[in-house]
Amino acid sequence: MTRKVVVTGLGATTPIGGTVPELWRSATTGVSGVRAIEHDWVDTYDLGVRIAAPVSTPASEVLPRVEAKRLDPSGQLSVIAAREAWADAGFSGPNAEAAEEVDPDRFAVAFGTGIGGVWTLLDAYDTLQKRGARRVMPLTVPMLMPNGNAAAVGMDLKARAASITPVSACASGTEAFYQGMNLIRSGKADLVVVGGAESAIHPVTIAAFSSMQALSKRNDEPERASRPYDTARDGFVMGEGAGAVVLESEEHAKARGARVYAELAGAGLTSDAYHITAPDEEGRGAARALHETMQTGEFEPGDVKHVNAHATSTPRGDAPEAGALRRAFGSAVDDMCVSATKSMTGHILGGSGAVEAVLTVLAVHHRTAPCTINLENQDPEIDLDVVTDARELPSGDFVAVSNSFGFGGHNAVAAFRTV
Amino acid sequence: MASKEEILTGLAEIVNEETGLETEAVQLDKSFTDDLDIDSISMMTIVVNAEEKFDVTIPDEEVKNLKTVEDAVNFIDNAQA
Repeated sequence: MTRKVVVTGLGATTPIGGTVPELWRSATTGVSGVRAIEHDWVDTYDLGVRIAAPVSTPASEVLPRVEAKRLDPSGQLSVIAAREAWADAGFSGPNAEAAEEVDPDRFAVAFGTGIGGVWTLLDAYDTLQKRGARRVMPLTVPMLMPNGNAAAVGMDLKARAASITPVSACASGTEAFYQGMNLIRSGKADLVVVGGAESAIHPVTIAAFSSMQALSKRNDEPERASRPYDTARDGFVMGEGAGAVVLESEEHAKARGARVYAELAGAGLTSDAYHITAPDEEGRGAARALHETMQTGEFEPGDVKHVNAHATSTPRGDAPEAGALRRAFGSAVDDMCVSATKSMTGHILGGSGAVEAVLTVLAVHHRTAPCTINLENQDPEIDLDVVTDARELPSGDFVAVSNSFGFGGHNAVAAFRTV
Repeated sequence: MASKEEILTGLAEIVNEETGLETEAVQLDKSFTDDLDIDSISMMTIVVNAEEKFDVTIPDEEVKNLKTVEDAVNFIDNAQA
């Protein structure tokens, strides 16, 4: 019999809230985290894109100075989110005391990132050029490596079963749920902290995404720039943040009397093998990921009442996802309401799937779908019931689905069921 | 040129910046590894910062000989001369 996987703890630090309660309040009232970038480098390099969505609570306000300087900014956000999730699941720590509550050998981490320690790498290159090789700090490598975040979380919480780093661009945070689910279902772990993080609001990444024409240039109206499904959408807004979730086998959660938010019903993971950046226009890969999610989650299209869409606000990306939902779910899509929360958080890249999973779990738990802001004229090609103001979800059992897709053709889906 | 007292004070500030240890904990007779719990990566960071602060060169092969705070103070003092 398949082991049931449940959600027992949530953590997040995002552009619209530095904790989960703040995030949920903002997401259900329709707050934008997008603002003008307040750095000299915007002018120094004459960037065409001058807006982004940084975390609302800087890591320096949360972590002690010495701890922070040993982590890349994305690692700092990872640890902050993971500690919140851990405490929310009812554990003390973070330290060896946790070993009394969870067997470290049965406890794993799966924490994704899209880019990894880009700030650390580029700062080191600046140091090399300006001050010479001797000044490049010895912690540079462990700080910039993509698995550094998972390692930092695992060391902090004493997780020894495995430390996995999904790196699948903007699908990384959701792929972590797929990996976490399988670690528990296979019997290797009883508890997994899964999540994702990104801190890449840097002139090089802005310039690079900008030159692909991927970013919104609505510099004069930052709060209105991220507008998934709107006819006037012109690109995504780069966000920053991390999300973390404690997944646990149902028997482990029951044995310790843990509060359960939702069941991780199923998850899916596929690859387009089609184009390095563009999604398959018919959404076939995404639809196959949705099918796998239904199969692993033992549910039917009619059970799904809510979707947290990937919907980044790019002209080319939003419509194929709508097509994929219809391809996989058929006419049942007409009974689902869809939220595009990147309209508020911007696109947190490798952290987006984790933050959106937190929102999807809360949507199931509170039976409330969060907002989609800035939808003024819905693109007629997108035939979905989009939630603009937060909306009550039905009573009774249902499933909510969170989608993430990434450059490289990655499609990842996680589905959560009411308990 | 810094006096030995100034080197000790400066070194204590560098150790505090890197590890968070109180500057008062950095005494001449303390071992970097056994007493101050400083790992090899932190030690290299301290060495590089000390080189810049005191305008000296501490060759990599010398670092393993700097077992106590006094070893480091003496090395920097000699290297300045």
